[in-house]
Amino acid sequence: MHPSEFIVCEHCDVVYQRADLIRKQSACCVRCGAELYRAPAMHLQTMLALVVTSLFLFVIANAYPLISMQMNGIDHASTLIDSVAAAWHSGVGPIAVMTALAVVLFPLTQIVLLGYLLTSLIMLHRDPPGFVDLMHALRLMRPWSMVEVYLIGALVAVVKMAGMASVRAEPGLYALGALTFLLALINAFDLRLLWDARDRLVE
Amino acid sequence: MKYRTATEMGLLPCEACGMVCRETAYIEHPCCPRCDAPLHHRKFDSLRRSWAFLIAAAVLYIPANTLPIMRTKTLIYDLNSTIIGGIRVLWEDGSWDLALIVFVASICVPILKIVTLTILLISARRRSRWARRGRARLYRILEFVGQWSMLDVFVVALLVSLVDFGKVAEVHAGPGAIAFGAVVVLTMLASMSFDPRLIWDEFPDENPS
Repeated sequence: MHPSEFIVCEHCDVVYQRADLIRKQSACCVRCGAELYRAPAMHLQTMLALVVTSLFLFVIANAYPLISMQMNGIDHASTLIDSVAAAWHSGVGPIAVMTALAVVLFPLTQIVLLGYLLTSLIMLHRDPPGFVDLMHALRLMRPWSMVEVYLIGALVAVVKMAGMASVRAEPGLYALGALTFLLALINAFDLRLLWDARDRLVE
Repeated sequence: MKYRTATEMGLLPCEACGMVCRETAYIEHPCCPRCDAPLHHRKFDSLRRSWAFLIAAAVLYIPANTLPIMRTKTLIYDLNSTIIGGIRVLWEDGSWDLALIVFVASICVPILKIVTLTILLISARRRSRWARRGRARLYRILEFVGQWSMLDVFVVALLVSLVDFGKVAEVHAGPGAIAFGAVVVLTMLASMSFDPRLIWDEFPDENPS
């Protein structure tokens, strides 16, 4: 038997022989219950379409204000970047840096890298330069990308301020909501599928 | 049912790309042939690193809850609020649902993470056979909820930029927010350093009692 026929449970080290799954099935470890792998929920082409869409949504979510607030006749709208800058100027640099990384830089990098790797692999049918390093970057960034947490944070902020002044959700917030949904799908994507796609290509 | 582990079979699964490699005795620091990541049977120095991050997080948890995370200045009042204080305000304003979300994300999740990781670390060190499946599930939940404690930190960042009306109303971030953000990052690092395979490891040379 060739070792690549095996799959090892990441959570408890038990070795299994890989079996083919049909749509919506997933294989779980018998001993610890962790998911081993699942049948791909969508084609790589669909994933690429989602990635491109999420890039547009990302731009909208960042370009337009998320929330606006009115007080004494003054209108004040705030974008995502504004909240990073405000945290920086408010003397909590680490918070600004964390927000910038978790909500702007990591998600954007993830989207761009996935777009690049998928385009190269399935549209151009060639091995993308820098594949190995970029895949490691993608894997390491994943747990630190927190757009969904920020979205709930924005909702909490709206409600908190509603008692104090009139608050309105702006287009950026809707884009952020849609982006959160797409990023959830993208983050559920098993990166091992890209390794396999590349292996097939190189052979 | 007898389970065969990769370690027993002399296989080295790559944590980065999922490739399963055969162990070769003469290579001292094996690397994955596909993605070049270093291969080990267990995460390197898992328990010690995890303890270090966890203790740091537990210590910082105190200033995170006692120092103000936010200061609201208006013409009428000047208020320093801690995390608990913010939740109480939400509750009294009648938005009990959001108060509940923030309570779960900012109070329950960090405490549960610290307590659960402590249990996992102690039981793994003692090679306990107690409730292995349950502990494995606890670890997976821990990985899933990890980032949600960041919620309050983001709320503060947004409010600081939103409420900026000069002398009329202003919000500033407080030092508690930094401590709290650090707690979240440290607990995430602690749970990432922990190797869940240690829950299951058997040592045949020892007598299980």
